[in-house]
Amino acid sequence: MSDAIHLHRDDEASKLGMWLFIFTELLLFAGLFIVYGIYRYLNPVAFHLAAEELSVTVGTVNTIILLVSSATMAMASTAIRLKNKQLTILLLLATLFMAFMFMTNKYFEWKGKFEHGIFPGSEDLLRLGHGDTLFFGLYFFMTGLHALHIIVGFVLITIVCYRVNNNTLTNENPVLLDNSGLYWHLVDLIWIFLFPLFYLIT
Amino acid sequence: MSEHKHKSFREENGSYKGVFAWIFSTDHKRIGLLYLYAIVSFFLIGVLLGALMKLELMAPGKTVIDPATYNAIFTLHGVIMIFLVVVPGLPAVFGNFLLPIMIGAKDVAFPKLNLLSWWIYVFGAIIALSSLFMGGGPPDTGWTFYAPYAFKTNTNMLPAVLGAFILGFSSILTGINFIVTIHRLRAPGMTWFKMPLFPWTLYGTGWIQILATPIVGITLLMIVGERVLNIGFFDPALGGDPILYQHLFWIYSHPAVYIMILPAMGAISEIIPTFANKSIFGYKAIVISTLAIAFVGYFVWGHHMFTSGMSGTALYTFSLLTFLVAIPSAIKVFNWVGTLHKASIQLETPFFWAASFLFVFMIGGLSGLALGALATNVHLHDTAFVVAHFHFIVFGGVGFAFMGAIHYWFPKIWGRMYNSKLATSGWIIFFIGFCTLYLPMFFLGVTGMPRRYYDYVEKFHGPNIVSTIGSWVLILGLIIIIYNLIRSAYKGEKADKNPWGGRTLEWTVDSPPTLENFDEIPVVNRSPYDYRKNLES
Repeated sequence: MSDAIHLHRDDEASKLGMWLFIFTELLLFAGLFIVYGIYRYLNPVAFHLAAEELSVTVGTVNTIILLVSSATMAMASTAIRLKNKQLTILLLLATLFMAFMFMTNKYFEWKGKFEHGIFPGSEDLLRLGHGDTLFFGLYFFMTGLHALHIIVGFVLITIVCYRVNNNTLTNENPVLLDNSGLYWHLVDLIWIFLFPLFYLIT
Repeated sequence: MSEHKHKSFREENGSYKGVFAWIFSTDHKRIGLLYLYAIVSFFLIGVLLGALMKLELMAPGKTVIDPATYNAIFTLHGVIMIFLVVVPGLPAVFGNFLLPIMIGAKDVAFPKLNLLSWWIYVFGAIIALSSLFMGGGPPDTGWTFYAPYAFKTNTNMLPAVLGAFILGFSSILTGINFIVTIHRLRAPGMTWFKMPLFPWTLYGTGWIQILATPIVGITLLMIVGERVLNIGFFDPALGGDPILYQHLFWIYSHPAVYIMILPAMGAISEIIPTFANKSIFGYKAIVISTLAIAFVGYFVWGHHMFTSGMSGTALYTFSLLTFLVAIPSAIKVFNWVGTLHKASIQLETPFFWAASFLFVFMIGGLSGLALGALATNVHLHDTAFVVAHFHFIVFGGVGFAFMGAIHYWFPKIWGRMYNSKLATSGWIIFFIGFCTLYLPMFFLGVTGMPRRYYDYVEKFHGPNIVSTIGSWVLILGLIIIIYNLIRSAYKGEKADKNPWGGRTLEWTVDSPPTLENFDEIPVVNRSPYDYRKNLES
């Protein structure tokens, strides 16, 4: 197939496409931010009290993990341009490790909530009242959707790592790495908004 | 240059055989045709469902189906027609086929992503249609999936909603692809204002697809969350607000109307100058009004909810904006009519479709103003008037433009001509059927017949009979059109490169085009609708 068509490569186009896609992702979450804003406005006291249930420590640790992973991802983009394959792979693996750590923290955080009877549709939550139901509904929905993005990013970076390793992704064609990096920064950016909304505003 | 050396894209199979040479092809022309076949199939299913509803409404009381089936049928008719047919419609079929050729490129910017969009589309369609056959019965909420009924009903909502979500994803990827293609792959010399109008409207559409679709995506996911996890975003019993759902839904679904109509306007803007043999009147005004529609279209969603409960300020603002968004559309109509003024018009089938487009689009647009005005809206909301208005815009506007486009570009796509007489008689029957079907609905609506009703009182009987008969005439016209096109695709006379005397780039390449469209990327140094006589072409 591809030999019939001239191999056409346009890194600018790939970047532009990725930015547009990131734009749509932001808008996807924007819908949820609107819903959050409206229900917070309608239930200020309940949202305030419910937010105190979440552990700021866990949230902060996860924020630091994601910020550092964004840094290692950006460094991988530079490393591949310096033709340092070993370092690139090391940095990508570090990013993957931190993504894993983030998910582990998330797992224990959610598990703790579940054990306290706080999960969508639970009896305990309904007894707490509308504001709490909505707060935790949004909490699970938004952090859950964000976690899904972490998993997608994880898969993407794994593919990049594999391709760097077998030399099909080098300093000649780093655009897939760059775009995965952009995606990863987006995941990071969304978390930067989720963190204060759920953990810090109490 | 030589004809025998170049195989057309239809013969060039690549490394796959048979049907796989199509469904795994990254050629934008084959993908465009894949969309065409899928969309036409779904369209015919939608038409049958619509005809069944009309048959039921021929007489008061039960005629052929029971009320629950009727609810399911109008829901499926809406879901199929909106999400599977009209939203992808012109951009996916003609956009894919023609955008690269019209801007002088060999393909879209991301051919693989393009093929992926088609696969996602098919996957979404299968998921959505699977709701027909699974346990709880087909969904019965209407295509709008309004809360709280959408998570209270026991029918198969999940597949329908997830299907719509997946289809939205396909739409977004197509939008990204087209925007990047237009930014990066225009032929040398083709500045923004030397670009033909159909690509321009695809550009506006692409932006709406990118900016609006994610909102409905997340809203539909929230409905899934409601049903599966019992979260309560829109459930008053859990503190949620069902009106909020309506806002989020229409923030997408109103701009979606412009996703449908903008490329239709683009196709009309191509057809009219070709058959008027004249440069289009007010090219820049059409471009700017395209972008204006794309922009203002975001801020009018509230006019779907005038009776749902909003503050007075919001009502006035949305009503005013609704009137404003009519202006760019009117500018376009003015420009098309201006192009026809004192032109030597070639009376061919595509032109008839374009001319009748103007007629039905005007009726649709003006009835939209009646709905956009606050006082009349209260009276007309949720009546058959809305259904008539909507079908005049979406079936009359988009459908007629689609028909015009397929007759206009048929020689280019299949390399053959169709039987012009048969095509024209198909058009006139279809057109008469269309008006007979939908005009009575305006009267029904004004006199108070609600939409989505299975039964009615005796005084609505007359117009309903007329409307039902109209649906049969329309289907007869449709059969003639489809028969003629299918037959001509195999047996029509061979078409040359430029049967209509068009000036845009697609008429400079072979019919049907070769795999790579152009032997050499053309250099563009004139405006797209330059009809001066002393041109070299």
